[in-house]
Amino acid sequence: MRYLDKEAIEHIAIGAAFLGTGGGGDPYIGKLMALSAIEKNGPVKLYSVDEITDDDFFIPAAMMGAPSVLIEKFPRGDEFVKVFQKLAQYLGKEKIAGTYPMEAGGVNSMIPIVVAAQLGLPLIDCDGMGRAFPELQMVTFHLAGISATPMAISDEKGNMGIFETLDNKWTERLARTATVEMGASSLVSLYPTTGAQIKQSGVHHIITLSEKIGEIIASKEQEVKEKIQALLTLVSGYELFQGKIVDVIRETKGGFNLGKMNLEGIDEHKGDQMNVHFQNENLVAEKNEQVVAMTPDLICLVDYETLLPVTTESLKYGKRVRVMGLPAHEKWRTAKGIETAGPKYFGYDYDYVPIEEMVKKEVAKHV
Amino acid sequence: MYKIGIDVGGTNTDAIILDEHNHLIHSVKSPTSLDIKTGIEMSLRSLLQGADIDKSQITHAMLGTTQCTNAIVERKKLARVGVIRLGYPATASVLPYTAWPKDMVEQLSGQYALVHGGYEYDGQILSALDGGEIKTLLEEWRDQVESIAIVGVFSSIKNDQELNVREMIKEAYGEEFPISCSSLIGSVGLIERENATILNAALCKVIHTTATGFVQALEVEGIVDAQVYLCQNDGTLMSIDYAKQFPILTIACGPTNSIRGASYLSQIQNTMVLDVGGTTSDIGVLQDGFPRESSIAVEVGGIRTNFRMPDIISVGLGGGSIVRATDGQITVGPDSVGYKISEEALVFGGSTMTTTDIAVRLGLADIGDCHLVAHIDEAFAKAVQEKISLMLEQAIDKMKTSSEDVQLVLVGGGGIIVPESIRGVANIVKSENGGVANAIGASIAQISGQYEQIYIYAKESREASLKDAQEKAVKQAILAGALANTIELVEVEETPLAYHPENATRLKVKVVGKMS
Repeated sequence: MRYLDKEAIEHIAIGAAFLGTGGGGDPYIGKLMALSAIEKNGPVKLYSVDEITDDDFFIPAAMMGAPSVLIEKFPRGDEFVKVFQKLAQYLGKEKIAGTYPMEAGGVNSMIPIVVAAQLGLPLIDCDGMGRAFPELQMVTFHLAGISATPMAISDEKGNMGIFETLDNKWTERLARTATVEMGASSLVSLYPTTGAQIKQSGVHHIITLSEKIGEIIASKEQEVKEKIQALLTLVSGYELFQGKIVDVIRETKGGFNLGKMNLEGIDEHKGDQMNVHFQNENLVAEKNEQVVAMTPDLICLVDYETLLPVTTESLKYGKRVRVMGLPAHEKWRTAKGIETAGPKYFGYDYDYVPIEEMVKKEVAKHV
Repeated sequence: MYKIGIDVGGTNTDAIILDEHNHLIHSVKSPTSLDIKTGIEMSLRSLLQGADIDKSQITHAMLGTTQCTNAIVERKKLARVGVIRLGYPATASVLPYTAWPKDMVEQLSGQYALVHGGYEYDGQILSALDGGEIKTLLEEWRDQVESIAIVGVFSSIKNDQELNVREMIKEAYGEEFPISCSSLIGSVGLIERENATILNAALCKVIHTTATGFVQALEVEGIVDAQVYLCQNDGTLMSIDYAKQFPILTIACGPTNSIRGASYLSQIQNTMVLDVGGTTSDIGVLQDGFPRESSIAVEVGGIRTNFRMPDIISVGLGGGSIVRATDGQITVGPDSVGYKISEEALVFGGSTMTTTDIAVRLGLADIGDCHLVAHIDEAFAKAVQEKISLMLEQAIDKMKTSSEDVQLVLVGGGGIIVPESIRGVANIVKSENGGVANAIGASIAQISGQYEQIYIYAKESREASLKDAQEKAVKQAILAGALANTIELVEVEETPLAYHPENATRLKVKVVGKMS
């Protein structure tokens, strides 16, 4: 067990934007919420997954809805208390032993910190994605056959609902509709889990990983080259490309930001080009028209010099970036994981190949 | 008829006179004084002495000033602000002044209240205003605050609650009490807009002193019939009354005036402008003669805001930038000999190699003694120039919106260090009189109006939405002092919002007109 203080939160926010792979919403407002909650209630306890008891009961917390609404209308803060009580009551559980993020990438990395501070609950060092994804069923608990419901949904006005749905796709549909009616943003507590389930089906140590990523990026002591090396070692990733954005094509379809960016190689990659396809998150990267990384593996864009994560909203001509590729958690690399969040699910006609294999092939070509 | 333009910068105050054809009649430069009124008076006096004109023929006087920026940066002369946020029960998790520098909050007294109010993203009521709640609050704050900032959740969609509260304050504290409404200042993003509104409210005393000082200085110098304006950061002007409501819009008007002045001098409306000083270079983009706006959150004095700002980037490269070679690697800047260039640069007999020395060595400029740099290896000098070219190329590239080559207008005293050609630049235009480009920019400014709102095209057609936004922008322009029959549409920006089921679009419209 250790405590998360202000500095830790600053670092986690940067790491969360990195793991957000371009989407997941800017953690800025979430960070302010977390900092305010800690200021008021004191630091939050972070438990490692090995420190929790199998029979204990945990509820994750997340915001659902449009990031562009969240930056204007953010929560009251204490609605979580009621939601947790309600859900515990409904489940017949007397005690909730802790909370954790469902999505460690983007703004949802911060919400459980607020909840933990408000309720005096411990935060558990795990999540259900190891990154950001756009839909409720895109979590490792779903892959393990755990039901998203009973789930609770609420808004800042005090409306509250509990859903029990036939399957996790229905949860997505009903929760999405309720969210729109609640003013395009809501708080959700879903996938209630036991300690044993977290141990089996969660993505472990993800908060600590975010924090370490943030620490490296924010470090003022190291040179850029050293930072990149440290970062890639930490996440077992690859620097896929150094380039300049020369074109961004976007459209909004079915509530998602769809798009494609074209990068022109600079420095080590002069003469090459890369396309990155995104739907809120970056999903497929093609170098010289050959695919080099694809979902569920992570494709992270960072600023060329500062290494600060670049979100899809801020893409524009002339921005110099580094494209990094990270292997997804092994749970995503199963048949069900690929079916749920692989390239085909998002409409890209590729068979999933793990990033390390593609990188190996690419290296072999040049030898 | 004549126009006077004055630019009060951090170091120098520039003043110029233009005739009715915008020809430069006379210009003077003097050091900026602590007391704005005296400084302007001195500057005006020497300007009028130098130019032989009839004072009664001066019809317009424009002032560009950094007073507001300085007040924020130096935390001086700021008003005690009360912040009323309309949004309860939403938004309680992040209260006003979160993440503000402590010294700034102390200056402003840190008073705030989160009360019932606000709208949803689609214009439905989040919670209704409670008149009693606001009246009680105003009684409590009486004599404790000097200015009030009103910020409503989604007021950029519907701002009648903000305007209602403004009326209640006027009723309680009187017509003259300074009030800032967030819907008139910033865009979507509550925290950033609230911060901008608080800063605007805090500047009410500074702007009052500045505006009054300017008018009095003009009177003292016998200029009584002129229309008086202050410069905004988008290259347009505002009347004194308007400026008193929106002082924050003067922030960063200096670089704006400078690039607009450069464009005017070179007679080019659509171009990129490079202003090279001693230590840094500013790059901005002019579209139809107006600076492009920044699209990201901007920090002012350590406070994150989202009000309109010109999109300008600074590079640590100027005429005094120090040139070094370590292990075969050439570096240029970001440190500079600055104003000591006339002692420290090699061409002036100093011992520090600067970018100016390289320019002289390569025969691009004739400054100081060229023999003092003859020992520099030509290949080395060329390599340094290549490095400068690369720095500029990269910075220019960041400001581009497509891969096409751009035209570049070059101004500023450090301009000599710029190579004849830069990759990505089609041609470089050098302008005369670049030294007083700011003051010229100030005096050629027009008057604008701007409006921004989220429209739901499924409910209100695109045409109707555009018309509505344009009408509201025109109203703003007339309020700022534009002639109604000269107002034209100059900019429309549409941004579709993600996740919205009904085709919601943020629409931004800008109109410009001539001075009345």
